[in-house]
Formats: sequence, structure tokens, C-alpha cells
Amino acid sequence: MTLGSSKELRVVGSGGVSLYVRQWGDTSKPTVLFVHGYPDNSDIWLRTIERLEARFHVVAYDVRGAGRSTDGWMFGGYALERLVADLRAVIQATAPADRKVHLVAHDWGAIQGWEAVLDASVAPRIASFTFFGAPCLDHAAWWLRSRIRADPRTFVDALGQLARSWYVFAFHAPLLAPLAWDHGLARVWPRLLRLDGVTSAPEPSPTQAKDGARGVWLYRSNFLHKLLHPKEGRTELPVQTVVSRRDPFVAPGLYSELAARVPNLWRRDLEAGHWTPLSHPDAIARWVSELVDYVEAGEEGKECPSLRRARTHARSERAPRSRKRFDGRLVVVTGAGSGIGRETAIAFAKLGAKIVAVDLDAASAQRTAELASLIGPTAHAYPVDVSDRAAMEALAKGIARDHGVPHIVVNNAGIGLAGPFLETSIDDWKRVIDVNLWGVIHGSHLFGEQMAKTGSGGHIVNVASLAAYLPSRSLSAYCTSKAAVLMLGECMRADLASSGIAVSTICPGVVNTNITRTTRFVGQSQEGERRQQRKVSALYRLRNFTPRRVAREIVRACAENRPMVPVTGEAKFFAILGRLSPAALRAFARMSPLSQ
Amino acid sequence: MVTSLASADLERHLEVQRLAYRCCSEIAAELAPGVTEREVAGRMRTWLVARGVDDWLHVPFAWFGDRTAFRGFKIPTQFLPGSRRLERGMPFILDCAPMVDGTMADIGYADCLGENRIFDRLFADLAEFRPFILERVKAERPLCEIWRDVDALIDKMGYDNRHTVYPGHVLAHTVTRVSTRRPRVILGAFGVRFLETLGRELITERLRGRSPLWNGSARSNHPAYPGLWAVEPHIGFQSVGVKFEEILVVTESDAYWLDDAPYHVQRWQKAAA
Repeated sequence: MTLGSSKELRVVGSGGVSLYVRQWGDTSKPTVLFVHGYPDNSDIWLRTIERLEARFHVVAYDVRGAGRSTDGWMFGGYALERLVADLRAVIQATAPADRKVHLVAHDWGAIQGWEAVLDASVAPRIASFTFFGAPCLDHAAWWLRSRIRADPRTFVDALGQLARSWYVFAFHAPLLAPLAWDHGLARVWPRLLRLDGVTSAPEPSPTQAKDGARGVWLYRSNFLHKLLHPKEGRTELPVQTVVSRRDPFVAPGLYSELAARVPNLWRRDLEAGHWTPLSHPDAIARWVSELVDYVEAGEEGKECPSLRRARTHARSERAPRSRKRFDGRLVVVTGAGSGIGRETAIAFAKLGAKIVAVDLDAASAQRTAELASLIGPTAHAYPVDVSDRAAMEALAKGIARDHGVPHIVVNNAGIGLAGPFLETSIDDWKRVIDVNLWGVIHGSHLFGEQMAKTGSGGHIVNVASLAAYLPSRSLSAYCTSKAAVLMLGECMRADLASSGIAVSTICPGVVNTNITRTTRFVGQSQEGERRQQRKVSALYRLRNFTPRRVAREIVRACAENRPMVPVTGEAKFFAILGRLSPAALRAFARMSPLSQ
Repeated sequence: MVTSLASADLERHLEVQRLAYRCCSEIAAELAPGVTEREVAGRMRTWLVARGVDDWLHVPFAWFGDRTAFRGFKIPTQFLPGSRRLERGMPFILDCAPMVDGTMADIGYADCLGENRIFDRLFADLAEFRPFILERVKAERPLCEIWRDVDALIDKMGYDNRHTVYPGHVLAHTVTRVSTRRPRVILGAFGVRFLETLGRELITERLRGRSPLWNGSARSNHPAYPGLWAVEPHIGFQSVGVKFEEILVVTESDAYWLDDAPYHVQRWQKAAA
């Protein structure tokens, strides 16, 4: 994709500041106006604009003090009224008088955008507002106040957000930020962006140091006043927000009460850092066009399915709710009918996630979904055999159609098989590999494809086992399948990182679940098999490591993006022992836990 | 010593059991936010003593909120009513075991103050356990196997087995008639006269390879022997625990619930209608 040429013009903003404005596309089409944040300039939008210029009339400008626009007067020149006046001037200069514009804003742009949306003189010119990377300062002020006054848990939320806003305080210190920008920060800036998940950082901008140094006046001129004197902050305009889960500066919880003040709200969740216009231009462009198309269609317009799912309504309860880690996210769990799968579904539901419970057994999947919906938002059950490619394809399609692309997929379904290698039949092998390995491949492949395609990113968790790295003479098929899952996870993690998809592999040891009661023991009579099942189950019961604790680790692996997690003491022990002495593992492998 | 199964004796047990249920339902109806477990247990005690209760199998218990699911219970004193205050939407369990003239009952009463979806679901699911247990006792299945079946059913439902937290992990224990004339003293939370009878029963039944404490261990590897058993399945999910407890009559050839329709059964019937 390449960006077409732009029409450049200069617009005189408030107080005589000269604003550098660019336009792309056909002016007869709906106008989409982009406002950038700090310490960027309008170049940050180029990746998004190249995806939209064919469909819309696109306008972007450098905010005063940034890029090729001239500076405002330091004291008062960066006050929000001035910025709103600039925005009004740009709208008047680029869009026909009878037309409204669709505003898209990031970071400080979002703060200005909100000010414009709440300003009676500009709001009538705005058709819709998509914002991310910063909240409305009025809303943030109310949010902080409600949390500081409520119980200690929500107070912690408030402290967390204040800690994330450390730079705001730093910017109020004289000289500090300008000196930093002048002495190297500008040069390393693209590298810092890479840390934020921008895999292909742009060339360093020639005005970066100046943009950074000047922009601190945005903070100095407005923050304190806004936080101390917040306005009500209500609007009927269509508003769309993109919530970035890994944003180091804005806690997702800050958006949790938005719907109370914004009745026409759509919320999108993105596994991303702060600079989403650079890291996720595909997703941003698609979401902007969906909203613009809907709003432009007017009365008879119908929301497309993805927009309909993003629609957010105010919660009825009054008291401020504590932030939940996985609010608004869709989690798919396979093998969710029992054991680790069920507990994982429940654990995510408790943290606010919508759940899709997949299991071979329809009744138990349904039960898990019921339990999850008791403590979480919504949950649905799908009876599917993970080893059946066609069924899995239908599942992935169905979930995407009905609930959207999942944010997290936990490939947990697995079966046990024990017995000597020579007595393990080809059919036994096929069944174990089909479920334990192919199930994971299908799940990762189908859902990973969706995540990559939509650009929304996500997290894939594969449940392997201690058996993935601890060989055993009695578990050749099981160990082989799980070792493959472990390696698959490592390869996928390296490969999918560029698509914003994280991959974790969980290796539980002896966990008390029903897998021992359903494990096949080959080379045994039926009675012998039952005896073995009872014996091993009793051993696992004695160890008494609950699946709930594994679920907790799975949630943690997602929250902290951990590559490989051995759960249980023995899993950790053998993970270390294998590094120190592979021979010791081989000695363990020769021991047979099964009585012959 | 096993209580006699003569109808007059059963009648007396039924009376005490109904008295205990009346106590719980009357006190539950008056519960309001802010009241503590200790206050409620005290009210139950006063109520029962005023109506002729003269000793205890155990003193009345009251658990609120996540204490109904015994979350974080490590030591026995945590079973005793504490300073937890009742809030709207909180589940609660009242458990009392009064004795009148040597005849005892032991009941559990679960409800919640206002609305609680998890409680409603758990309470509805608890209904499955009553016929489930009776059927197996009638089939003379060993008690430890029934305990494990109940455990498996709880697991299948996705809940936690909470009676496993009780002393001895008991799903049930026998109740008897106390005839000793010893002073009525409370030791810990239990009546000394009950402990003495139970102790004697533990020893005599042990000689026959049986146990009055019904759990999943090898000691319970025998069918229920004739007598009265206070059965108390207790299930939990997240921060909500729900139980019922009532007397099961086991005769040489049959088993049946002493009361056809105690509080929880009435509530299930009402929900079904």
C-alpha cells in the first residue's frame, strides 16, 4: 500500500498560529479529520490514512507547536480553548460548511477532541468521534474522585492510574523534559516505540526534539485546572473508543464508566501498547470506517456485526466498580467441560471476560458456560471434537460471526494414554496425536489466523504438560504429543509476535483432574485398566494440586505474557533438573509407575 | 448406643427437628443488614431455650457471606460464629442442633438476604443430592462409596465439596437419644453429653468395623446401620456455600427421611410449581 499525494495548505489558527494541514482523497466523500498526540506530529497517521484515503476525504494537521505548524505562546498559548479554536479553523478550512466531520484522535489529540466534542460551538460540526490513547480529562477527573472516595480496592485503581501518569508530573518540572528531548531522547525515540510494540518504527522525525520540548506546555497549561474543575462531560454524539490493554500510560479501567456519560458508545479492545496508530493501523482504519459508514448511512443505517458487538451500554449499578483485568474480552477454552479447562473458563469469567466453552461433551460444556455466566458477563457452549478439522473450522467461523474474534484462546483439550511403546497400537497413537497435538494446531491456526487478519492481536495459550520435557517409558505417546505442543508453542511465539499475538505454553505436573480417570492404559485387561486408573487417580488425589491453581497460572501467563510456565513443584523441579543433568531425566524415564 | 426406632421415639425426634427449623425460619425472616453472626447465633439460642431446649449436640452456628463456603477455614474455631456482619445479597447458613429431654436433632438452613444469583443456582442444584443419597443408602451401598459418589457429583456440577471441611470430613453422623444424667456442659461448641454418647458409639461400632461418622475413608466401608443419621451435604461455588441437614431414618430393611417436607424441600417444591 502506498499513500497518494496530499494537498498541503496553511490554516491560521487561534492567535495567528500557522497550522500545517494536509488533505487526501475526494473532497466529495465524508471527511475524516485526524488529530495527533504528544510527542508526535500528523505523520503518525500516515499508515492509517493510506488505508482510508480511497474511501474518504482525509484531513490531518500538525497541532500548534508540533511538526511544521508554528508555536503558540508558552503561557496560555497551549490552553485547551486555543487548541479547540485551531480545530474549528481546520474544519472550516477543509470541510464544506454544510458537512460534519468524523474526528479521529489519539493521545493529546483525544483530549483536545473531547474538549471540541463538549464545546457547543464545534460539536455541531462533528458527526462522530473515535478516540484512544487518552481519556477525556473531565471523565478522568470524575473517575479519580469516585475511586479515591470509595473503598480501598478502587483506591488502588486510582493510585495505579496516577502511577501510570508519572510523566505528567515530570512535565511540570522546569527544564527537565526539554533538556531530555534535546539531549538524546529524540534520537532514541524510535527505539522506545519499538518497546511499545511498534515493530516497524518510523524514521526519526527531524522535528522530534522540538515537538517533545514544546508539547510539555500542553500538560502544563491544562492538566491541573482540568482535574480540579471538571465539566460534566456528557455527549449524545456517536463515540468510539479503542482500549489498549498494554498501554503503559492509560489503565483500561479508566474507560469503565464512559457509557454512563456517553449513551452512543462503541468500545473496541486491542492487545496493544500506546502508539496504536503505528502498531495497529489496520484495526484502527477498519474500525473508523465501520463507524463512519454507519453514521453516514443516517436513520436507515444498520450497524455491521462487528460494530454491533462493540456497542456498550451503561451499567445499572451506581457504585464505582473495581476494574476487572479481562473486561470486554472474549476467551475461548477447549476441553472446558472439566478439570483445568473448566476452572480456566471460570477464572477468566470472574475477571470479566466473555467465555466460549468448547468440549467434546455437550452437557459438561454447557454446565461450564452456566457457571461462568453466573459470575461473569456471558458464556456460550459449543460441543466440538478439537481433532476434527472441519468441526473446528465451523467453530471458528461461528464464534467470529456470533461473538467476534477471540482475544484469548486456551487450547487445553487433551487425553491421557499410558502403557509400553510396543503395546501402543497405531490407533492409540493416532487418537492421542489427533487430540493432543492436532487439536492445538487447529485451535492455534484457525483463531490465530483471525487474530492476525483483523489486526487486533491476541493471546494463545497451549496447555502441554510436565510430560513435554520429562520422558517416561510408560508414556511414550502422551509425552511425544505434549513435547510437540511445547515446541509448537515456542515456534509460534517467535512467528506470531509480529502480528501482535502472544503465545504461552503451560506445563502442569500432577494435577487432580479427571484425566486420570479417563486415561487409557494399553497392554492391560479391562479390570487391570480400571485398577490402574483408580491407583493413579488416588495418587493424584493425594498430591491434591487443584486445577484451580493451574487456571490461576494460565490467567497470570496471559496477564504477564509469559512464554512457558511449569506449574506445580515437580514440573518446576524437572524443568531445572533437565537443564542441569539430562542424564538424571533419562534415569527417571526408565522407572515405570505402572505395575505390570 | 443406637436410638430406638419405635414410632414414639421417632415422633419425638421429628418434633425437635421441626422446632429447630421453626427457630431458623423465624429468625431468618427477621434478619437485616448489619447484624453479626454472633448476635444471630445468640438469638437462636435464646429462642430455642425459651421453647424447652435444655442441651445441645452443638451450640447454634451462623455463617455469613463467604464463610458459608468455609473459605479460608484452617482451624476449628473458625466454625464458631464471629463478627462478620450481614449485607444485602449475602448468603447465610444457620445450623442448630438442639436437645429436648435427651432427644436431639441437627439441622442446617441456608438462605440469602435479598438477591444472589449464585445462591439461587446452588440451592436449586442442592435438590439433586437428597434423592441421590437416599437411593444409595437404600441400595445398601457402602457409606464411603456414597461419600465419593456425592463428591464426584459435586465435581461434575463444578462446585466444591464443603462438607469435607467439617471435622472428620463428615457427610453425615448419627444422632441419638441421650439418657445419661450428667451435667449439661458445653465443651468447645459441643454438648458433653452428646460427645460422650458419640464417643461410646465410636468405640462400640468400631468393634463391629463401623463408624458413626460417615466419610470417604475406609472406616466408612459399610452400609448405613439402623439408626438416625443427620445428613449434611454442603456445596460451594466461589464465595457462596449452601447446605441442608436433616435426619435420615435407617431401619433394617429400609431408609427414609424423617420429615417428608422440611424447609428446603418445601422451597424446591415451590420453585418447581
